[in-house]
Amino acid sequence: MEKRTDKNGYTIIFAIIMVVVVGSLLAFTASSLKPNIAENERIEKQQNILYALGVNDNEGDGDITFVSTKEVAALFKTKVSEQLVLESKDGKIIKTMTRQEFMDANNGKEPYLIDVKKQQANAKAGESRLLPLFVGQSKDGETQYVAPIRGKGLWDAIWGYVAVDKDMIVRGAFFDHAAETPGLGANIKQRYFMDDFDGEHLLTDAGVFKGIKVAKGNADPKNMDKTDYEVDALAGATITGDGVSAMIKADFKLYMPYFQNLKKVN
Amino acid sequence: MGLLSKKDAKLITDPLADNNPITIQVLGICSALAITAELKASLVMAIAVLFVMGVGNVVISLIRNLIPSKIRIIVQLIVVASLVIIVDQVLKAYAYELSKTLSVFVGLIITNCIIMGRFEAFALGNGPWRAFLDGIGNAVGYGVILIIVGFFRELLGSGTLFGIPVLGDAIEKTGLYSTGYENNGFMLMPPMALIIVGLLIWVQRSRNKDLIED
Repeated sequence: MEKRTDKNGYTIIFAIIMVVVVGSLLAFTASSLKPNIAENERIEKQQNILYALGVNDNEGDGDITFVSTKEVAALFKTKVSEQLVLESKDGKIIKTMTRQEFMDANNGKEPYLIDVKKQQANAKAGESRLLPLFVGQSKDGETQYVAPIRGKGLWDAIWGYVAVDKDMIVRGAFFDHAAETPGLGANIKQRYFMDDFDGEHLLTDAGVFKGIKVAKGNADPKNMDKTDYEVDALAGATITGDGVSAMIKADFKLYMPYFQNLKKVN
Repeated sequence: MGLLSKKDAKLITDPLADNNPITIQVLGICSALAITAELKASLVMAIAVLFVMGVGNVVISLIRNLIPSKIRIIVQLIVVASLVIIVDQVLKAYAYELSKTLSVFVGLIITNCIIMGRFEAFALGNGPWRAFLDGIGNAVGYGVILIIVGFFRELLGSGTLFGIPVLGDAIEKTGLYSTGYENNGFMLMPPMALIIVGLLIWVQRSRNKDLIED
C-alpha cells in the first residue's frame, strides 16, 4: 500500500503549510530586528564617510579600521562640516540645498541617509536625482568633498565613498561590495587597491572630465603617474574592476558642475 | 555518564575525533578554508553552525514522519535556509562588523555539506534527542578543527589571537619581533588552511592506525 506521506495531495498540502509557517517566521524575525540593523547600517555609513576623509583608526599598511562606534557620532559632527544636497537633472545641477534646508524639507532626515540606489533609479526614470556631498576637513585641514557612488560588480552591488579636493583630485577612497568573490573582486576593499586612488586626477588640465579607469596591463603598476587616469587592476577581478571604473565615471560626472562653479566663485 | 547512555554519548564523542566531519569525512572544507584567517571568525562560524545543526537536526527529526519523501531534500533545504537567515539577521543586528567579515560565508552554511549530510543520514531516521546529540557532536567536531586552524593561521600570519597582539608589536619590533621574527603573510591565504588541515589529518592518522585506509 502507498504510504500516506507519498500521496500527491499530502505533498502539496505539506508544502503549502510549510511555506506559510516558514514565511511568517522569517517575516517576524526580519521585522523585529529591523531597527537594530538599520542603526548598524547608519553607523557604518558615517564610518565610511569619515574613512574617505582620512579619519580612521588605521594602524599599519594593510589595516582598515574605522573609528569606533562609540566615537563615530561625535567625530561625524565635528569632521563633516556640511552635508550638501545637489539636485541634478540632465547633467545639470538645478538646486543646491544645505543640510538644514534639506532636513527642513524632509522631516529632519539627514542628507547622508539619502539612498543612492533609489536616486539612481529616479534618474533612470527621467526624474531629478539628489546628490549628497559631504564637506569636511582632512587631518591636515584641507577642505575635502566626499561623494557616495554606487554601481554593479560581478555578482551584486558595489559602492564607495570617494573624497576629492576642490580640483577633483582624489584624496581618499573607500569601496565596499555586497557579494564579490572573496580573494578576487572582494579585494576592492583592500588597502592596496583603495590607496592607489589617492592623488589621481578626475579632470584633465583643461577641465574635461575623464574619470579613473581600473586598467589591466597598466604601464604604471607602482602608480607613480597620477595624471594617467588609471589605477592598476586586480588580478582575476576584471568585471568588478570595470564596475569600479564605471561607477566613478557615471556618478562623479554629475558632481562636476558643482566643482566648476566652485572654481568660478573663488 | 548519568544523563547520556553509552550509545548516546558516542554520538557526541565520535565526530570529535575518529569520525570528524572535516578530517575523516572531509565535509565542510570550503568554509574551513575560507574564514579561518582569524580566530574570531572561526569561532563565530563554529557557533553559527552549532546552532543551525542542533536546531535543524531536531526540527527535521520531529517532522521526519510527516515529510513527504518526494520533496524531502527541498524540506531539508528550507529548514536549513530559514535557520541560516535567522542567524544572519541576528548577526547583522547584534554583531554587525562580524557579519561583514563573514559576509557570504553565512549564506554558505546553507550549502555546508555537513548539515545536509547529517539531516539526510541521521535526523530522518532517529528521534529528536539523538538527532540533537548528533548535530551538536558534528558541529563541535567541525568547530574544533576550525578553531585549531584559525589559531595557527592568525598566530603565525598576523601575530595576534582574537585580534590581540601576543607576540609583541610587529612595527615597533618589540617582543618576539625584536629577535628578527616576522609574520608569515602566506598563512593568511586560503591554501594554508588546506595545509594545516592536511597536517591535522596526518597527526590524527598517525596516532590512530585504524583510520588508515589501504
